[in-house]
Amino acid sequence: MTRHHSSTSFALSRRQLLAGIGAGSFALAVGTGGRLALAQELADKAADAASLFEPNAFIRIDTDGQVTVVSSYLEMGQGTFTGLATLAADELDADPAQVRVEAAPADASRYTNPFLASIGFAVQGTGGSSAMAGAWNQMRQAAAGARAMLLSAAARDWDVDAAELSVEAGRIRHAASGREDGFGAFVATATTLTVPRQVTVKDPSEFRLIGGHFPRVDVPAKVNGSAIYTQDIKLDNMLVAVIAHPPRLWSTVRSVDAAAALEIPGVQYVVEVPAGAAYQGGVAVLARNTWVAAQGRDALDIDWDESLGLTTSTAQIFERYRALAEQPGNVSVEKGTILDKVPEGGHVIEATFEQPFLAHAAMEPMNCVVHIREDGVEVWNGEQWHTADQGAIAAAMGIEPGQVTINQLYAGGSFGRRANPFSDYVLEALAIARAAREQGHTGPVKMVWLREDDTQALQYRPATVHKVRLVLRSDGEIGSLQWRAVGQSFFPVPEGGTDALLVEGASDFAYRTGALLVDQHLANDQRLPVQWMRSVGHTHTNVVGETIIDEAARLVGRDAYEYRYDLLSDHPRQQATLKLAADKAGWGTPLAPGADGDRRARGIAVRESFGTVVAQVAELTLHADGSYTVDRVVCAVDCGYAINPDIVKAQMEGGIGFGLSFLRQEITLEDGQIQQSNFHDYPVLRMNAMPVTEVHIVPSGEAPTGVGEPGVPPIGPAVLNALAALIGSYARTLPLGDSVSLT
Amino acid sequence: MIDLTINGRAVQFDGDPEMPLLWFLRDEAGMTGTKFGCGIAMCGACTVQVDGEPVRSCQTPVGSVTGQDITTIEAAEQDRIGAALQAAWVENQVPQCGYCQSGQIMQAMALLAETIEPTDADIDAAMSGNICRCATYSRIRAAIHRAAETLRA
Repeated sequence: MTRHHSSTSFALSRRQLLAGIGAGSFALAVGTGGRLALAQELADKAADAASLFEPNAFIRIDTDGQVTVVSSYLEMGQGTFTGLATLAADELDADPAQVRVEAAPADASRYTNPFLASIGFAVQGTGGSSAMAGAWNQMRQAAAGARAMLLSAAARDWDVDAAELSVEAGRIRHAASGREDGFGAFVATATTLTVPRQVTVKDPSEFRLIGGHFPRVDVPAKVNGSAIYTQDIKLDNMLVAVIAHPPRLWSTVRSVDAAAALEIPGVQYVVEVPAGAAYQGGVAVLARNTWVAAQGRDALDIDWDESLGLTTSTAQIFERYRALAEQPGNVSVEKGTILDKVPEGGHVIEATFEQPFLAHAAMEPMNCVVHIREDGVEVWNGEQWHTADQGAIAAAMGIEPGQVTINQLYAGGSFGRRANPFSDYVLEALAIARAAREQGHTGPVKMVWLREDDTQALQYRPATVHKVRLVLRSDGEIGSLQWRAVGQSFFPVPEGGTDALLVEGASDFAYRTGALLVDQHLANDQRLPVQWMRSVGHTHTNVVGETIIDEAARLVGRDAYEYRYDLLSDHPRQQATLKLAADKAGWGTPLAPGADGDRRARGIAVRESFGTVVAQVAELTLHADGSYTVDRVVCAVDCGYAINPDIVKAQMEGGIGFGLSFLRQEITLEDGQIQQSNFHDYPVLRMNAMPVTEVHIVPSGEAPTGVGEPGVPPIGPAVLNALAALIGSYARTLPLGDSVSLT
Repeated sequence: MIDLTINGRAVQFDGDPEMPLLWFLRDEAGMTGTKFGCGIAMCGACTVQVDGEPVRSCQTPVGSVTGQDITTIEAAEQDRIGAALQAAWVENQVPQCGYCQSGQIMQAMALLAETIEPTDADIDAAMSGNICRCATYSRIRAAIHRAAETLRA
């Protein structure tokens, strides 16, 4: 497998970009060299129909034999571009080096996410760990159709029977005549053929690339600084906007004195930005240079009208949630009869869990480039919610969605943040661009949130209180489980209704349970918009579910692994994954002793989310001063057929690191103001706290499921369970912090 | 007029000497490989080298580095250590979102220039100022060891 490095062609592209070729000239397309292509170059080829074979919306092949795979998904680090390239290359029998990936435009007619559509979100978007699950059939069929047509074309050109042809590494061969040529040679004929109605995809036994090692297509550009993110876009006549949001949430601008800001050389415009339903607005300063704009922002003298501002504090929110948790809520699921009394010889666990608001804190703070033109709006963005954002912009502007062009870029992380249900940051960028346009700026506007703006701009993982009552029978079986969740939903829920995502993992509690009652309260009235975060409801429900099952095992005197295995009798995949993790971790064998004064233990947890099962065993060292270290995590994953095993492993490693951050993070409000601002007070896991990780993939022939999110849920409870093995009690309030009390 | 040497090239800037080097590189010189992450030297995404030392360019006024050799990710491949690290990054398939990786590599270059055979503790000490939100840390560690190995060979 060759991997070429096209730095020359990239350098040209970016020079042209920086010189300001203008809007519409840029598209994200990467080959195995991580190469970016100019839209013009693509358009030129497209214009010459005979030189481009485009059998469907996902595959294009040109006369040079270059295979372009069109990704309707965002590449935010999860490896989707590579997964799609792998599927297409294998089904085409192409050489990976001839395959590149190009980001699709926002187009609901061609690129609606089949999985999201099946659960009620008929959008082109990237979420729910759904890309590979959706592409498994879609992309392979697209590639198989292209391959069949190339074979038909070769058969026609060579006047031979298509059944006598073979394909390997992008070359079509006719053994009997010794003829051989690359895909590009058959493009002209293939374009004249009819797209087959039905195609047969490969049997897994025929895979050559799927399940093997396919180098990530984005990696070469991500080690030399040439990968382009929204933050890196610079267009002709573009200004950067830095905005002052109200310090007290939802306050409005009474007046602004911009004199000092406008005196700063380079500051060009100061614009008031009215709040939207999902974004705060404020006052934005525009300059060519980001730092100059930030200087201008900081020089503004704004008189905030705080009469409509929030005065809430997190303490009040939790007080309210705790009170709600004592009242019956709207029922999500009810089966069997809850045991009011604890049976003789049985046990009861009654516990209340509190988990905080969390910020996504992607490395690339939210940003978006918007250019409002006479005929429509053009956007440059690491776009995760493509057609929803397109529709939101169109609605705000009173134009048709087709008049909104979105240029896809890499995202410097997202963890769900770039798929805002109400397009918050995209609409704020639009609002700034509109305000600047009214003042005479006709060029593009790049809105840049600085880290503090990003941390404080709401859209958090919702805070929750969970109250559970688990009754154990004398034989160790779960007699009944009552589980009440208090939090917020991402979308409005009618009075009396329930939100499925608040209780995912509870309403479908996997362990054998006599009776189950899950109810909930939604506190959606508090003007704190919230947003899904990587693994969504499982981020908080699994802390509850996996620590109470652990505690139950202790109460009935059973081993934490064996007890789980037993009670998962209805879920053989979870059993097998749990077993693999336990076996590989040496569950039940003694741990190597720690240093003097250290105590060590293992904790285990499992969760099925987004169709993927992940089990993790954490090895923890508790130091004499109460501080703790997670030394090693052994992870097992069943994600169906592993298309790119190395990416599956990488996502598990990343999920573990992401979930470990939860032990130390919280967003709090005091008197309507967010208390955290940057990485000094919103800590994220660093190198020195990253455990050794070991990932094992359960062999499977089932259709693939996603891996971007499911690595997150088990790690938190696995650590809490290890801690409980040492201190005898379970932490029920997060964050845990840097240490635990040992007194 | 501020005279700078960036990746061996002489560059002049007629602007505010207080401007952080980060924003000069990104918004004036058009070199976007150096990333903005936090603005307060807490994440390392903006790491460049000044006279061989890793610095956070978000906290380095452009006027403070006149006459010094500034090296950014764009020139890493011209450096023996930088090229070895980039190759090891590819071999270990380190990046996910990739946004922090310029800074990681520039920081690791400084580590390997000082320490030809770093221990895990050396790596922790040198690299813990660089955040990777995708948590590619295990692979960064492996890639640093791998690059060190190839450089010793």
